[in-house]
Amino acid sequence: MRLAVRAGGGFGLGLAFFLIVVVLVPFGVGPQSALLAKIASGILWLGSLLACLLSLDRIFALDWEDGSLDLLATAPVPMEAAVSVKALAHWLTTGLPLVVAAPVFGLLLNLPGPGYGPVVLSLLLGTPALSVIGTFGAALTVGIKRGGLLLSLLVLPLYVPTLIFGAEVARRGAEGMGYATPLLMLAGITCGAIALLPFASAAVLRVNLR
Amino acid sequence: MMPELGKYEIEVLSSYAVSIGLLVALVVISVLRSRKARAALDAVEERSKRNG
Amino acid sequence: MGSIWEYANPKKFISTTDKLLPWVSVLAVAALVTGLIWGFFFTPEDYKQGSTVKIIYLHVPAALMAINAWMMMLVASLIWIVRRHHVSALAARAAAPIGAMMTVIALVTGAIWGQPMWGTWWEWDPRLTSFLILFLFYLGYMALWSAIENDDTAADLTAILCLVGSVFALLSRYAVNFWNQGLHQGASLSMDKAEHVDDVFYYPLLVSIAGFVLLFVALVFLRTQTEIRARRTRALLARERLGQ
Repeated sequence: MRLAVRAGGGFGLGLAFFLIVVVLVPFGVGPQSALLAKIASGILWLGSLLACLLSLDRIFALDWEDGSLDLLATAPVPMEAAVSVKALAHWLTTGLPLVVAAPVFGLLLNLPGPGYGPVVLSLLLGTPALSVIGTFGAALTVGIKRGGLLLSLLVLPLYVPTLIFGAEVARRGAEGMGYATPLLMLAGITCGAIALLPFASAAVLRVNLR
Repeated sequence: MMPELGKYEIEVLSSYAVSIGLLVALVVISVLRSRKARAALDAVEERSKRNG
Repeated sequence: MGSIWEYANPKKFISTTDKLLPWVSVLAVAALVTGLIWGFFFTPEDYKQGSTVKIIYLHVPAALMAINAWMMMLVASLIWIVRRHHVSALAARAAAPIGAMMTVIALVTGAIWGQPMWGTWWEWDPRLTSFLILFLFYLGYMALWSAIENDDTAADLTAILCLVGSVFALLSRYAVNFWNQGLHQGASLSMDKAEHVDDVFYYPLLVSIAGFVLLFVALVFLRTQTEIRARRTRALLARERLGQ
């Protein structure tokens, strides 16, 4: 169980990357406050997504290298549960800090007042999906040397639904509109992913451990 | 015999050119790969037959 | 030790498709040439879209095949997972580049078709955006096959990826429609011409679609043969290395 929880560090790295993205965007698009206010919610979502993406290969990397992944496979704990715990650990160390940091970074981007709640809420509901989906991608590429780029290529299309609905919640909230529909879709995707993807991830790991 | 394509001449012609070009490229590449694979397999099978 | 064909299937597949391939290829070329020439030279202009409606004979069949290729890969992946027929896994691998190419043709013709309507070379129209995402799925699938050395491991992983990817591709379609629903309905309507097509456009379109389908089948036959031969070559080479 301890092995399953080991998340491979990288706690501060995700946050740092998020900050870098937030700082770089105004350099890319210009510092006009009005413009930044319009795209702030999107930038916060993109930055969180990219920060998650970069920390994904850590999920299984250490265990693959020192053989403890084989131990996990033979342990009495079912693989699906171990994989879920890995995803949870990733979320706690990467996703959740991003959620907490988002409002602070929102200040830097001139996020409109009504946007803060929806941004935090959408990230809170969406980042678990990012962790679970990312765990699937990490499992697929665990044996591949320098598979980071491939991992991104595989995972990013899978992230699209969560990104679209999550960013919609944030955008509508920032503009003062209702956001119930995308919120429900977002929650639905997250719940579905948490329920079903561990089976796929476990199957993938068993294949890779053969 | 060219039909009156009017002001959309470039669009229509470029669509056809690109699409047919891509399809032809795909077919050519597939045929070349097939020939290479056939040759490679024949070579290896020859060797294994000779060596028993 | 005799032949190391592990199953009768691969050998039978090659011998059967060797016989079928010439016929399917000829039919494919005939249908394509007929459909495209008919559509290009012998149909009128659309009163709204002018001659750009002629792009329909490329765009619609390519878009259809882009989707159908992925579905065929999905079925083939399932057959591999359940029944472990190697030919099935290899057929899925063979179909992917064809599907990807169809997606590109659909995207390019779609963008060109839309240009007079939109005034720009690209619009984040729900249909086009969905195809762009589908293209990324194809790329990822093909990349995963190439990245793994062990044939069986690659077959298993890509099959699972195809399954999971299919679910997310569907989700993306809904998400993208939701994302762009209010903005460009006017533009996407012109893409829906396929549903409201007059007879005079319909028949050459059908012939073109048939041509694309036959071309897909012919290419899958050809490319799967290539994959089977390549796999056997790898196995024989591995045996050589161990034996000597």
